[in-house]
Amino acid sequence: MMNIQVAERSVSPMTGHQSKGEPAVGAPVTRNEEAHHELAIRVRDLNLWYGQAQALKSINLDVYQKNVTALIGPSGCGKSTFLRCLNRMNDLIPGVRIDGLVEMDGRDVNEAKMDEVALRRRVGMVFQKPNPFPKSIYENVAYAPRMHDLVSRKTDVDELVERALRDAGLWEEVKDKLHQPGTSLSGGQQQRLCIARAIAVQPDVILMDEPTSALDPISTATIEDLMDKLKQQFTIITVTHNMQQAARVADYTAFFHLGEVVEYNDTQAMFSNPHTKKAEDYITGRYG
Amino acid sequence: MSQPFDEISAQLRRRHRKSARLKWISMGALGLAGLFLVLFFADMLVKGLPAFQQARIQVEVDYSERASQLPLAAVQENVRPLVSRGYLRLIPGRMDDNPELLGTTRMEWVLADGQVDQYLKGHHSKLRDSEQAVVDRLAAQGRAELRFNTTFFTRGDSKMPELAGIAAAAMGTVLTLLVTLAVSFPIGVMTAVYLEEFAPDNRVTQLIEININNLAAIPSILFGLLGLAIFINFFGVPRSTPVVGGLTLALMTLPVIIISTRTALRSVPDSIRHAAFGVGCSRWQVVRDHVLPLAMPGIMTGSIIGLAQAMGETAPLIIVGMVAFIPDVGGSFTEAATVLPAQIFTWAGEPDRAFIEKTSGGILVLLAVLITLNATAVVMRKKFERRW
Ligand SMILES: Nc1ncnc2c1ncn2[C@@H]1O[C@H](COP(=O)(O)OP(=O)(O)OP(=O)(O)O)[C@@H](O)[C@H]1O
Ligand SMILES: [Mg+2]
Repeated sequence: MMNIQVAERSVSPMTGHQSKGEPAVGAPVTRNEEAHHELAIRVRDLNLWYGQAQALKSINLDVYQKNVTALIGPSGCGKSTFLRCLNRMNDLIPGVRIDGLVEMDGRDVNEAKMDEVALRRRVGMVFQKPNPFPKSIYENVAYAPRMHDLVSRKTDVDELVERALRDAGLWEEVKDKLHQPGTSLSGGQQQRLCIARAIAVQPDVILMDEPTSALDPISTATIEDLMDKLKQQFTIITVTHNMQQAARVADYTAFFHLGEVVEYNDTQAMFSNPHTKKAEDYITGRYG
Repeated sequence: MSQPFDEISAQLRRRHRKSARLKWISMGALGLAGLFLVLFFADMLVKGLPAFQQARIQVEVDYSERASQLPLAAVQENVRPLVSRGYLRLIPGRMDDNPELLGTTRMEWVLADGQVDQYLKGHHSKLRDSEQAVVDRLAAQGRAELRFNTTFFTRGDSKMPELAGIAAAAMGTVLTLLVTLAVSFPIGVMTAVYLEEFAPDNRVTQLIEININNLAAIPSILFGLLGLAIFINFFGVPRSTPVVGGLTLALMTLPVIIISTRTALRSVPDSIRHAAFGVGCSRWQVVRDHVLPLAMPGIMTGSIIGLAQAMGETAPLIIVGMVAFIPDVGGSFTEAATVLPAQIFTWAGEPDRAFIEKTSGGILVLLAVLITLNATAVVMRKKFERRW
């Protein structure tokens, strides 16, 4: 009865409530039939503690390639924490303890052999507040590819910088001032510069933690369009507090609550027909 | 129920009066500090500027056979006590170098004795009345005058005030500070980088941190004793040399550099570190490419302040023997040397009045160098800052 895609996806534990005897969540309905549904990241039974406080509880989540996955949920529920597990940025926080599996390409990213530098090259990140390096626009983009030895000849670097800036939809605005400081751009432009910086190393996955929360509506719309375009090349995982944004840009949405994934589903299904009361309350704005 | 306006304004008036009073008090404090500064500078200038001039007199110099054996014979008896003995001593050497001088007699401007200098400057001098009369006569004939004192800037110390100069001490200071900088800058910056960017936050690092902060507050003379014990007695570094002085001052400068570097590193926003880690920088790349360049202006300023402090230090250097009498301008890290403040200290202890102006002159030179150093710090900072 089920087609292969659905069968594949039904492996992913959709909700924590399934086990508590609530009705199983139906297989997500695909909006975009030609979308890829290969696994990018597989998360199983992920727990995370900040010292004594548990911030993530038994997270199970499958992230699909070349899709946008949105993480929503009330403040403090662990969205950023989860995002940082995917590129091991939590390593930088003292006192963090992690167990469980975060699998990419068949390898556990937390295993001892995994080099976090190599991991972060494949899993880029865009932060809430635009944080370009205090260098020129050109250097912002060229720095990482050069550092990773992806390019070295000047012409190659030039080409790569132009491509990344074009992909980030910034090229037309900055092509005449590539050597001005990145910090001289507007907030929205800076955020696109950060996106260009992230995609310049051709990662597989881009993590975005509330990338538009510091931006005006027009810059926000620009970035949303951009995410829509970029998902043809990259797997995008974004955190947002903006329900409309999640509904607009995400193919899949995960609802976090108190460190758990309460519901994870196709965005359309999630927004039109949430299976859990908590998700419904949150999506409809009734959450306290 | 709201308060009536009158009550509010009465209370407001009291508050305004209070802040006005505070403003006046702080302005008064500032004025007082400024006044002290002006008085200090004025006093130094008045006392020190004459040191930059030295008396010369025009006398007949007789380059006779006898003068090459007995230099005193080169000048006539009545002006003999007025000519610097240091100058006279040079005559045989000059005659050896220039044989054609032999047998000639010339009118020459020669360096006058320190007492003549003091007399011409209107200070008390030990000249006898008859000698004073001769000087007066020479001055009236235009054959005695004060000229710019190049000797002060080109020679080392001397027992004769007219020949004493600051150059040897200045050279010693430069060499010593080079050693200090070369040792304390890299060690200090790397220590700070380790503590701030790499070390886990545990008991051990906390202990180290507390100790470093305490180190900065230790009286400098103790560093001198430490330097004596470690460098001279244990490692056998030759005493009185710029190497041992520089190493000792480096001990003192280290905590200053470590603390200011850590402050500078801490002021670099974490968002920059996250951005760098996010594109896959290793910890060292984050520090080298992003954090250090941003912290550099702060590190520079801290280091220059540390060096300026070290430059003014005398006590620890006395302990390691850098108050030596150094007549020759050296250039070696391993020969005995002295430094500016130690030279000033030595001169200040000379009984001869002529050394008072040398002392003040030395202080002026020291201040000038310090001001230049600080100006460099400001310029460097500005230059770095322009690169965002
Ligand atoms: N560095 C940290 N040290 C200790 N606890 C932390 C740290 N960062 C987050 N936490 C805790 O972990 C929990 C999850 O935080 P997290 O930042 O992941 O929430 P979030 O869902 O991203 O919230 P928001 O929507 O406000 O960004 C919170 O209770 C928070 O207090
Ligand atoms: Mg967050």
